[in-house]
Amino acid sequence: MMAMSDPSVEAQRFFAARYGIDSARISSLLADALAQGGDFAELFFEHRTNGAISLEDQQIKSAARSVEQGLGIRVVKGESIGYAYTESLDPEAMRLAAGTAARIGDGGERPAAIDATPRGAGESYYGEEALLSDEPAAAKVALLERADRAARAYDASIARVDASIADERKIVLVARSDGQVIGDVQPLMRFNVMALSQRGESRQTARTGGGGRLGVEYFERITPEDTAREAARQAVLLQDAVDAPAGEVPVVLAAGDSGILLHEAIGHGLEADFNRKGTSNYTGRIGQPVASELVTVIDDATIAESRGSINVDDEGNPTKRNTLIEGGVLRGYLHDEISARHFGTAPTGSGRRQSFRHPIMPRMSNTLMLPGPSTPGEVIGSVERGIYCAAFSGGQVNISNGDFVFSTTEAYLIEQGRITAPLRTTNLIGNGPEALSRVSMVANDYVLSDGRWTCGKEGQSVPVGVGLPTVLVSAMTVGGTRLG
Amino acid sequence: MAEAAPLERARQAVALATGLGGEQCDAFAVAHTEATVSVRLGEIEKLIEASSQTLGLRVIAGGRTAVCSTSDFSPAVFERFVADTVELARISAPDEYAGLPERELLATGGAGALQLYDERIESLALEERIEMARTCEAAALAFDPRITNSEGASVSTHAGEVALANSEGFAASYPATSISLATEALADDTDGKKRNAWWFSAERSLRGLMDPETVGRIAAQRAIDQLGARKAETRRAPVIFEPMMAARLAGDVASCATGGALYRGATFLAGRAGERVGSPLVTIVDDPTEPARAGSRPFDGEGVAARRTAIFHEGRFEGFLFDCYTARRAGSRTTGSAQRGVASLPEPGPANLIFQPGSTPAEEIVADTREGLLVTALMGFGFNPTTGDYSRGVAGFWIENGAIAYPVAEANISGDAATMLASIDAVGSDLTWFGSAAAPTVRLAEMTVSGV
Repeated sequence: MMAMSDPSVEAQRFFAARYGIDSARISSLLADALAQGGDFAELFFEHRTNGAISLEDQQIKSAARSVEQGLGIRVVKGESIGYAYTESLDPEAMRLAAGTAARIGDGGERPAAIDATPRGAGESYYGEEALLSDEPAAAKVALLERADRAARAYDASIARVDASIADERKIVLVARSDGQVIGDVQPLMRFNVMALSQRGESRQTARTGGGGRLGVEYFERITPEDTAREAARQAVLLQDAVDAPAGEVPVVLAAGDSGILLHEAIGHGLEADFNRKGTSNYTGRIGQPVASELVTVIDDATIAESRGSINVDDEGNPTKRNTLIEGGVLRGYLHDEISARHFGTAPTGSGRRQSFRHPIMPRMSNTLMLPGPSTPGEVIGSVERGIYCAAFSGGQVNISNGDFVFSTTEAYLIEQGRITAPLRTTNLIGNGPEALSRVSMVANDYVLSDGRWTCGKEGQSVPVGVGLPTVLVSAMTVGGTRLG
Repeated sequence: MAEAAPLERARQAVALATGLGGEQCDAFAVAHTEATVSVRLGEIEKLIEASSQTLGLRVIAGGRTAVCSTSDFSPAVFERFVADTVELARISAPDEYAGLPERELLATGGAGALQLYDERIESLALEERIEMARTCEAAALAFDPRITNSEGASVSTHAGEVALANSEGFAASYPATSISLATEALADDTDGKKRNAWWFSAERSLRGLMDPETVGRIAAQRAIDQLGARKAETRRAPVIFEPMMAARLAGDVASCATGGALYRGATFLAGRAGERVGSPLVTIVDDPTEPARAGSRPFDGEGVAARRTAIFHEGRFEGFLFDCYTARRAGSRTTGSAQRGVASLPEPGPANLIFQPGSTPAEEIVADTREGLLVTALMGFGFNPTTGDYSRGVAGFWIENGAIAYPVAEANISGDAATMLASIDAVGSDLTWFGSAAAPTVRLAEMTVSGV
């Protein structure tokens, strides 16, 4: 294994060598940004390369590659922001953007020259043995073909397999008017498989995938065959699925991806921008019980190689493990610089953005619930009649009232404490604080999701992770079609 | 220094790629400026301004396809980008269906009659936009003392040029503008919950935009209307979709009526073209030639002339929306429905999706419903296009004896798309546009409503 350089230093060298962005240029741009009396300014340089190859029905359908670079400039005045971006990193275009963002200021005095001193990164949470973006195309094609063969071999009914492999390498440099300059080089990879099962006229599809902030070593842990067989298994399972019940029943959430419940039921509501504005149903509730005593929720951007992890956030702050709920009591929010200043607290390293085109917001990273005392068998065994949810297609929440939904793609009936018939795809609906107060059992089998989740907020997408042990929610509304 | 126009860049990319062995290529280029102002509680929250230029190049050589995008147009980088794209195409397998549109399908007319551009949007001053947002939010806050907070109001404008050139000699571009105005109002409910509602207007021209005060008042009214919301009782009942929600239902159905879903086997409509699927009240069309709408365009993402396509006519499923690739796979012809982003291959989809209105006033549909659920908000991703299984979170109103009885929240409706389309027993006359979609009030005779 090759010794890796400090990603912050690597990013600084990259932008200096390719675009001439050095300390003098940074200081001059920050001065332009504050020239009209802003309180704080920040430059976010980004260079991103994305590659993707897709296999459809045993053919490599296409290969794609995109390169994007640009600079986003934010000027803060009180709690207002001016924002401008440019895709061109030539000095004139950058100065123009700084002038545009500066307009949020109140015309106050030009500040003194800013000393922009780069610093190194701390720990790196990325696995970087061999980046997928550096792999030859033929190697990626081979991974896709392995997935195709494995899914077809799983069951004779598998009539079609689509698979794709995607990689990203994002180099960022954050320079702030308080003198901090820090960079990062963020790898991200993803492998997806869709399988179609056909029995007579009945067609069922299922898709799954995974990845994270690491390289090809991912495939040593989870092989293309593992992912492909999982997609095929779910598609075949749906062939025998029965109608889901309608109405309130006990719901057991399997360990892992069910963490989407936390993401929707409480995670978004604890993003401090909503609380700063008083628009979240968790506003003003720090120190109060908001969940069952069994519930401890963490947002942790430092989990090695997880899709939601980052070394530094997009405001240049180091990331960390933040406790949101401890034993059912609300402990804190997720902050960016603006909300932290509003609440008189420290930033939590949660300032994120989709790209240089987008302003910062507080966002989740990897949101998870700590394990509890029960065994998964005890949790399932305790349910007379309910449902067991194992895989999901997505979720959504209304921040203001806490009502949330998530949609299952793999779920089963529980009858007399045993998992029985698979259920057709259905939706679950609940209210955040209510659902978390109904968490009546938590098992000892915590699992982090494989890297497949993307979170959308106000039109901005960022990669995230979720994690959960097996959990019983004593009652939730299941949106099936079977009454009684 | 004057920047090269997108059309010039697209032509240049095609010429370079052809010279390097790209047998068939097309380039899609977009240049635009965007500006957003957000105001919250009367104060400016965000000012965003930027301009952007991107280009996507598709190369097909020996049936092998690659697509790449860039925003770096310095000559050396741009030439390398084109060469890399041609090189990348070697990875994929030869595909007999890959290829540009046949020459006779390419658009020849301009965008003039479509009214896609309004110079007033480009010249709208920052102060004017701030004033519009302030007026909108203020109208929401002043609407009722129970409106206690606001997520703010924002005005966004876009102005730009869309260009497409291909190696068959097609080269065309058109200017386009858009403006949107949105606000979200919050009211405090007695149970400690907040009730929120938003409203918006999105148009190609300033003239078409809804008056800011009206947008604010509608948002406020909708938040107030949800005060006291309760859970619904689990049962089967008629479900009425108000126009914005009916447009989403049409969108779910249309996503299953594309050539992409067809060849991937991922649609409940596979093999049903020409069959009656919906009730005779169901007529859904895609029409990119509607003047001044968000999805209107003179040609699609491959240069094929835009035209109106019927998806459902009086309940009969007329067929799929195709681009060239998916049409060839299905042994059919493109419907000019290629959607194109700079970084991806064309995919067929609706441009302006219209659920055609009926003749019944919306109020009569409610008055004619003894008991049922009126849906005003939908949540989640609970739709399986392959099977048509539909299960979504909803909020709205419970109807008793033809009148609204109380607001409902945290409920769910479920069914399957084919049965849902067949069970439509009332379609309103109140066709309403929302950006690139339009629908009237629509009633389904029965769905499963889940609650307590």
